[in-house]
Amino acid sequence: MYDLIVVGGGPAGLAAAWAAWDKGLKKILIVERDRELGGILNQCIHNGFGLHHFKEELTGPEYAGRFASMIRSTGVEVRLDTMVLEVTRDKQVRMVGKATGYREEQARTVVLAMGCRERTRGAIAIPGTRPAGIFTAGAAQRYVNMEGWLPGKRVVILGSGDIGLIMARRMTLEGAKVLACVEVMPYSGGLNRNIVQCLQDFDIPLYLSHTVTEIRGEKRVEQVVVSQVDESRRPIPGTEMVFDCDTLLLSVGLIPENELTRQAGIEMDPRTNGPKVYENMEVSVPGIFACGNVCHVHDLVDYVTSESLRAGEAAAAYVLSGDRAGKTLTVKNGPGVTYTVPQRIRREGVKKNCGIFFRVNRVCRDSEILVTSGETVIAKYSRSHLAPGEMEHIMLPAVLLNKADGEITLSIREAQA
Amino acid sequence: MKELICIVCPNGCHLRVDEEKDYLVTGNSCPRGAEYGKSELMHPVRVVTSTVRCRDAAYPRCPVKTNRPVPKESIRAVMKAMENVTLTAPVRIGDIVIKNICGTGADLVSTRNMEKEN
Repeated sequence: MYDLIVVGGGPAGLAAAWAAWDKGLKKILIVERDRELGGILNQCIHNGFGLHHFKEELTGPEYAGRFASMIRSTGVEVRLDTMVLEVTRDKQVRMVGKATGYREEQARTVVLAMGCRERTRGAIAIPGTRPAGIFTAGAAQRYVNMEGWLPGKRVVILGSGDIGLIMARRMTLEGAKVLACVEVMPYSGGLNRNIVQCLQDFDIPLYLSHTVTEIRGEKRVEQVVVSQVDESRRPIPGTEMVFDCDTLLLSVGLIPENELTRQAGIEMDPRTNGPKVYENMEVSVPGIFACGNVCHVHDLVDYVTSESLRAGEAAAAYVLSGDRAGKTLTVKNGPGVTYTVPQRIRREGVKKNCGIFFRVNRVCRDSEILVTSGETVIAKYSRSHLAPGEMEHIMLPAVLLNKADGEITLSIREAQA
Repeated sequence: MKELICIVCPNGCHLRVDEEKDYLVTGNSCPRGAEYGKSELMHPVRVVTSTVRCRDAAYPRCPVKTNRPVPKESIRAVMKAMENVTLTAPVRIGDIVIKNICGTGADLVSTRNMEKEN
């Protein structure tokens, strides 16, 4: 019997296991399907990780390396090359591994930390032929950074998510010509700093409110057609631009990987595509927790770490001091807000502050984030700049939570221009 | 007055830099932003991250970085200089790959442990 089984050995799983060990759990198992710990960080060789958590700027492999060696300094057990097939509601974990074969392990608590995967061409239905040369940005990143292959020479990137922007720079540095980055929305989906240091530094044009409307080529991509779109994201005839290229990279969003979660009958949130969680990252089944990109897609690994440390601590508290019941507040999204994590708060679970992550649905300047309960405004936070591509975060003091009744709503009020 | 987006950290602060007032920076939320705003207009620098060949490891590439920012105009030269390097596993994080790369004062260092594979 394990105190805790962590599904996934990426940044979320490593931080959760570390925190649970630190809080006194002794029998912990991390199950990872790859051959090594660290998850996607291993292919994110660029820098900018760790500014919040380690107070210094690290690359992805360095960040992963730190956590992997922290874990190695504990008694946490790690099973690599092992895939979890099923997690049951009574916390039995069924897995199959290269070295161990099929195994069933019983745990007192489970942390779900499976991360997310990329949306593909199929998910966005681009018309045209089906030649070679169409990659998700993350797949291309793995080829270039880990396996040493350059997937193409003349590249168009669809979507301005961070991985797409990072790959625009990476492919350019490796000698490819990146012709354009095309984004269907009127704003970028990635961090501002990546627009500057990945596109502007290399004079790569960013076409906002544009999309790829056709892929041409028989064996290999030969051309892509890019069109402007109107407010409802429909292509405008007559605006077509044709790019001669051999490669199309897709950076069109990430989907939390929740097959195991759904299979266990855990309540999901259609806004995040992740499980609904309480303030301690516990899902609708007591003793099961979720953290990191499986819960909602983060921009920064530092936030994944802080959220996952909370999940690990909560798993330890569940084992050591039992189930946590109590009165629940529902967190709702009002105007301007797309989702919140957590979706529910148990007041007893909040010590000093309750952190709430959320995203806005449009670019806003000089705005106020309002936390209301019924007609009462219980907290206000001002921000000079908000964007959908940048996850926001507020810390709600416990004393203010006591003013709330049944539910709280987060909304955005933008100053009149 | 120039407007820029700070790239020091993922916050991406919207900076305003006044060239006439000795590159006075406003809109930053930390001292590093003020430093960035000034340096970006006077002599822009970047940390370069890439990979070099690696023998006897699980993967054929070892990720590397310059251990401090280098002038933006030297990025191409830095990339070229690492083209002919081949490391042999084991490699440790922080191992120096090229000292004082292209005379920038920065060392090119490994950013991951590459274990020896049999």
